[in-house]
Amino acid sequence: MSKMTGAQAVVEAFTREGVEYVFGLPGGACLPLFDALYDAKFKVILVRHEQGAVHMAEGYARSTGRPGVVVVTSGPGATNTVTGIADAYMDSIPLVVITGQVKSFLIGNDAFQEADVTGITRPITKHNYLVKNVNDLPRILKEAFTIATSGRPGPVLIDFPSDISLQTVDFEYPSEVSVRGFKPVVEAHSGQIKKAAELIMASKRPVVYTGGGVVISGAAKELIAFVEKTQAPCTNTLMGLGSVPGTHPLFMGMLGMHGTVFANRAVHESDLLIAVGARFDDRVTGDLKKFAPTAKVIHIDVDPSAISKNIKVDVPIVGDVKQVLIELNKLVGKIDTGTWLADIEKWKKESPLRYKDDGDLIRPQYAIQRLCDILGSDAIVSTDVGQHQMWAAQYFKLNGPNQFLTSGGLGTMGYGFPAAIGAQFAFPKKTVVCISGDGSIQMNIQEMATAVLHKLPVKIAIINNNYLGMVRQWQETFYNHRYSSSTMSGNPDFVALAKAYGATGRCVTRKNEVDEAIEWSKTITDRPCVLDFVVTEEENVYPMIPAGRSFEEIIDMA
Amino acid sequence: MAIHDATPVESRMLSVLVENHAGVLSRVVGLFSARGFNIRSLAVGETEDPTASRITLVAEGDQKTIEQIKKQLNKLLDVIKVQDLSEEGFVDRELMLVKLRNTPQVKEALKSVMSQFRAQVADENHSLITLECTETRENAKKIFALLKGIGIVEIAQTGAVALSNKLPKN
Repeated sequence: MSKMTGAQAVVEAFTREGVEYVFGLPGGACLPLFDALYDAKFKVILVRHEQGAVHMAEGYARSTGRPGVVVVTSGPGATNTVTGIADAYMDSIPLVVITGQVKSFLIGNDAFQEADVTGITRPITKHNYLVKNVNDLPRILKEAFTIATSGRPGPVLIDFPSDISLQTVDFEYPSEVSVRGFKPVVEAHSGQIKKAAELIMASKRPVVYTGGGVVISGAAKELIAFVEKTQAPCTNTLMGLGSVPGTHPLFMGMLGMHGTVFANRAVHESDLLIAVGARFDDRVTGDLKKFAPTAKVIHIDVDPSAISKNIKVDVPIVGDVKQVLIELNKLVGKIDTGTWLADIEKWKKESPLRYKDDGDLIRPQYAIQRLCDILGSDAIVSTDVGQHQMWAAQYFKLNGPNQFLTSGGLGTMGYGFPAAIGAQFAFPKKTVVCISGDGSIQMNIQEMATAVLHKLPVKIAIINNNYLGMVRQWQETFYNHRYSSSTMSGNPDFVALAKAYGATGRCVTRKNEVDEAIEWSKTITDRPCVLDFVVTEEENVYPMIPAGRSFEEIIDMA
Repeated sequence: MAIHDATPVESRMLSVLVENHAGVLSRVVGLFSARGFNIRSLAVGETEDPTASRITLVAEGDQKTIEQIKKQLNKLLDVIKVQDLSEEGFVDRELMLVKLRNTPQVKEALKSVMSQFRAQVADENHSLITLECTETRENAKKIFALLKGIGIVEIAQTGAVALSNKLPKN
C-alpha cells in the first residue's frame, strides 16, 4: 500500500490495467489529473475536440479488443464526449471515460463548467460513478475496467471532482470486483446447445447470421470452423463484417437494408436461422412479421436482454459466443446443403452486387473496390456514416475481424476519422484507411492536427459527391426529389485543407487516375493522406429494402 | 420465424433489491422512461440489510414487455435481485390517508368502512378526520368509492409494498 493523490491513483490504475494510450483534452477541473498524467509511462494523446478523443478510444478498442481510455474536463469537456459514449454504448465498445468535475462542495451550485454528467450519461453508459470519497477510488477504477470489458462490453464513466483528485489515498488495487449486482457471464446451458445442434442437423436450408458479438468475443475462428463443418452459408451484419473473410465461398455478404439480394433471399427462404452475437436490429429485419417467415431461430448471445427482445426464439442460448461455438462444433457435422447452396449460387448469378461502371467519371463503388484491391484485405477500414459506409461494407472485402470500424448502432457521422487515428496508434505498421464522405469528414476534421503531430499515415478516402448522399437518396426515393438541406455547396478544398494542417493529399476526378492515386498514397508513411475522390453525384446504394418493409420489396439496381 | 404473439397488458408486482446508495432510484426510473416501460406505482424503502433497499414496483405491459423489464433491470449493476412476485404469490399493502370533513354523516360512513377494512382514525379535530387505511389496492379503491361524495377533502396514497409469501429458495 502506498500513499498518493487521487489523480496519481488514476494513473497508477491505468498502468496496472496495461493502458497504452489515453486520449483527452485538459481543462480546469482535470488539471490535477493531467499533472499526474505528465509523469505517466503510457502515452497521452491530446486531441482537438473531446468527441474525437472518444472515437479514437473506440477505434483503439475496436481494433485491439482492449478498453479505450479517455480523460476530459468537466462541463463542456464532458458533454462533448456524450455522442462518442452513446456510440460506444450502442456498439458494445469497452471504454473507461474519466471526466473532471467541479469541486465536490460546489456540485449542485451551477458552478463554472459544471454539468450533471452522471445524470446526462446514465442511459448511455453500462455504469457510471461520481467519486465522493477518495478512498473509494481504487475500487471504482477496478470496477470500471472490469465492467467495461466483461459480458457485453460498454462504456463506463467516472466523474471525478477536482478537490478529491488532490486528496491522499492509501492505494491498494483490488484484484477482483465484488459487487452483488455484477452478474458475470454464465456458462451456456448444455441442454440448449444440444437442442440447437439437433435443429441444425435436421435443417435443410440453414443460414448463419452473425453480428458484432462474434468480433467482440474473438470467435471468428470458431465461426469459420462451424460454417465449414456444417456447410451452412453465412451472412454478417454491418458490425459482424470480417468475422468470415469477404471472399469465403460460404459467405454471402451483408444482409439487411443494403445487404445483397442473395443473402436476404437466403434468409427469407431459410428453414433455420442461426443468429450468433446479433440482435435482430430493424436495419437487418425490416418488417419483423415478414422476416425469415419459414425459419426456426437459434439465438446465441451473451446478453440475456438481447434474446427475445424483437422476435420469438425457438432455442435461446445465453453465453459467450466463442464458448458456445466451441461446444456446438463438437456436436454438429456436415448438413446436406448441396441443393440449398446451388440455389443461393443461382440467386447470386441472377442478382450479384454490381454497379454501372461506364464513362471516365468515378463511380463511388469503383473507388472503394480499387481501395480494397490496392490497399489489400488486411487493411483496417474505418467508415463514417452514409452511402460511403454501405458501399465500404459491400465492396471492401476484409480478411479478418477487428478490421472494420464503423458506427453501426448510433450511426455517428464524424466517427470514422478519429476511429482510424485510434487504430493507427494501436497498429502503427498496418494500413489504416478511413472511408468517409464529404459531409461526414467535416464533423471531426480538426483531428487532422492530432494525426499530423503524431506522424500517423492514416489514409482518408473522401467519397465526395457534394451531397449528404444517403439523405439525398432517401429524398430522391421517398420525398419526390426534394433535396431539402442535403447539398454540400460550400465544401472546402479538402486537399488544401489537409496541406494547411501539414498533411498531404490529392484530388482525383477521373477513373483512370484512381489506381495511381491510391498507389501514391501508399508511399506516404509519415503523415495523413487525403484522397478526395470526386465521384458521380447522384449514385444510389443498392440493393435497398425500404425501412420497415420486407425482402419481397427489395429494390435492386435498375 | 415468429414475432411475439400479442398478449394482454397485465400488471406485475416486481420486488427489486438494490444497493442502498445515491442515484440508484434514478437508474431504475430512468430505465423505465428510456425504454418506454410503464410503472403504475413504485415504493422504496430500507430492508433488514442496511446496505440494500427494496423497490416494489407495479409494472404494466404484455408478456414480452414484462420479460424485457426484468432482464433490463437485471443488467443494472446496482440491482442485486429481481423477483416477479406475481409468479410467486405475495402479500401487498398500500397506505392511504383520507382527510374528510368532520360531520355526522362522515362519522357514520367511517364506522362502516372501519368494520370492513384495515382502516382506523389517525387524527381528528373539530373540523377534520383523517382516516388511515392499510389495504390492497383493490380495497383502497372500494374505500374510496364508499367515501366519495361525502366530504373527502384530499387523499394521499403510497404505492404498494409487497413481499413474497414463500420462504426464500436459498
